[in-house]
Amino acid sequence: MAILISGGQIIDPGRFNGIADLLIDQGRIASIGADVKAPTGVMKIAAEGRLVVPGFVDLHVHFREPGYEYKETIRSGAASAVAGGFTTVCCMPNTNPVNDNQAITEFMLERARAAGLANVLPIGAITKGSEGKELAEIGDLRRAGCVAISDDGKPVMSSLVMRRAMEYALAFDVPVVDHCEDLHLAEGGCMNEGLVSTELGLPGIPSAAEDVMVARNVALAELTGARLHLAHISTEGSVRMVREAKSRGIHVTAEACPHHFTITEEAVRGYDTCAKMNPPLRTWKDVQAIKDGLRDGTIDVIATDHAPHATQEKQQGFTEAPFGIVGLETALSLTLALVDEGVLSLEAAIGKLSTGPAHAFGLNKGTLAVGSDADVTIIDPHEQWKVDPTKFRSKSRNTPFAGWKVKGRVHTTIVGGRVVFDAAVGEQ
Amino acid sequence: MSLKRKDLLGLAPLSVDEITLILETADSFKEVTGREIKKVPALRGRTVVNLFFEPSTRTRTSFELAAKRLSADVINFSPSSSSVVKGETLLDTARNIEAMQADIIVLRHPSAGAAEALARGVKSSVINAGDGWHEHPTQALLDLYTIRERGLSFDGLKVAIVGDVAHSRVARSNIHALSKLGAEVRLAGPPTMMPWGVEKLGARVYRDLDEALRGVQVIMMLRLQLERQGRALFPTIREYARLYGLTAERVRLADSRAIVMHPGPINRGVEIAPEVADSLSSVILDQVANGVAVRMGILYLMSGAS
Repeated sequence: MAILISGGQIIDPGRFNGIADLLIDQGRIASIGADVKAPTGVMKIAAEGRLVVPGFVDLHVHFREPGYEYKETIRSGAASAVAGGFTTVCCMPNTNPVNDNQAITEFMLERARAAGLANVLPIGAITKGSEGKELAEIGDLRRAGCVAISDDGKPVMSSLVMRRAMEYALAFDVPVVDHCEDLHLAEGGCMNEGLVSTELGLPGIPSAAEDVMVARNVALAELTGARLHLAHISTEGSVRMVREAKSRGIHVTAEACPHHFTITEEAVRGYDTCAKMNPPLRTWKDVQAIKDGLRDGTIDVIATDHAPHATQEKQQGFTEAPFGIVGLETALSLTLALVDEGVLSLEAAIGKLSTGPAHAFGLNKGTLAVGSDADVTIIDPHEQWKVDPTKFRSKSRNTPFAGWKVKGRVHTTIVGGRVVFDAAVGEQ
Repeated sequence: MSLKRKDLLGLAPLSVDEITLILETADSFKEVTGREIKKVPALRGRTVVNLFFEPSTRTRTSFELAAKRLSADVINFSPSSSSVVKGETLLDTARNIEAMQADIIVLRHPSAGAAEALARGVKSSVINAGDGWHEHPTQALLDLYTIRERGLSFDGLKVAIVGDVAHSRVARSNIHALSKLGAEVRLAGPPTMMPWGVEKLGARVYRDLDEALRGVQVIMMLRLQLERQGRALFPTIREYARLYGLTAERVRLADSRAIVMHPGPINRGVEIAPEVADSLSSVILDQVANGVAVRMGILYLMSGAS
């Protein structure tokens, strides 16, 4: 069915920004303009006072299927995605078994098709079992539909293996994504190493654990010419090194997570396990650096690192509880806060959630160009709401933002020309 | 008088008045522990549960004695003998204990923050008997009591805390309390064992132990956990003992009436030379004795009994 979205402010970052109508037909963007001729029987969505933007693209989610369906399934994860305005999500391979072969990739794609909500694009493992030793069958993974490779969460510690992975990936033009963490430096740590960890008596993870791996990866990207994408950078040092690498023409892109530009290690006081994630919450200096990086384009992408965990897992002690928080349903509001703060223009903020990630992975997404897939999100940028984790579509509730009053809400999410989420009725 | 708080989780949140109240309350119980019949009925009908997730003889026994001398009923729970090994969470274990009407839960746990998490989840009073590297408030209070008993005043008192500060809950609690009370806190130990930014808690870090000891009235030695040797924190026990062990010669650098403390158990010949541990300046056994009186005072104040 054709859909006419009328009267909204259409923002297609870098291409168009203005009040117009948008017509979707046969699953594609058919036209944008002042007075779009709508075919008869068209479904009409009035969008006056709202933003009409490309469906968001999240390069970093954990959907836990197969293996940990009690935390999240591909269906529940996709429902969470579209409720947060994301129409395309890239799933990290740390499932059980690890997504290091085409059978798992195909299984995930099949589950995503059955859910029919969002475009779920798997990321394959770099090494077999993400054990950091032997390369996974990256060619097969790519052919089966993986859009990138990563051993996220179990970073490749051997610089030689990483070098080989980057070289090998060149054959498929596939981005290599690294969670930058020196596991020796970080060993046993559960929060940022600093004054707060000293006071709380918690083992720390120094910024240097991230910085040394960013430095290594940049050096290897320079050596190999690979497409390097740095997951969730969180330190001032990372931002500085990425900025410098880009200025020298090294092919590197970087993402930051909303929690890393919104809150600091102070949130760990009281031992709230929902403030435990990896990389850990850092200091105000780091938060400022991340914002500067977003502003000047050093950081291309805002990604959630959506990492669901069951309540009983997060009810353990701070040192025992798993790392990670859910993020899909709060990302937009936390990103729009950067607009209010003057860090990003509205268009740039939308870009970090759509065009930015699409470019980083070379996905044919994140745009409202005529002829492209009709993945569209309609937002009320002013609506205030209170974060209530019990209302999340995700199976998990682990967020440090519970009870926060935030601004900016997704009203309608359209994937491939089909309304998959409507705030009034839920996902469809 | 009683403490206006449900739980004793650490010394960081306590005011000077609260610390003083605890020490003064302990005075009257010190007198009780010196009697032939070492028992008062203050906590008759109350139940104290010792919930210990880490091996401990000294602290658990001290709490048990303290509770018994106050006529409370005492139950000891330890993970090997309870359902914890069956996968029950700390909170569930504690709620079960609470359902049996425990008035006070004394918790020792390897994870920092465990006492705080427990305190949020149960109505019983929670006393932190050591949580990870975070705090061990009753140990620091008995240390303060022992210092005060020696007639030393805290204001301007020079105290050296020596050893593995990073992994020590005893050190953290003492740094908080001593700096609040106006003492000058000096820290010495391998830089690998100094936590980030510890100066901001009100202490001064010394590179050299001799320098740190000069003129101090109190030397507080920390236990070296020997298993840390493999963790690149120090090369050998031999070198550690040479650089950071308290010898009789080093004691002479301190004030002539300086006292030597140690939370125990001690590694003789490692962080403390045997002749120092057994010398007249050593108050290590006074600390143990005072532990009971101080914990009686704390249990009494926490129970709200009058």
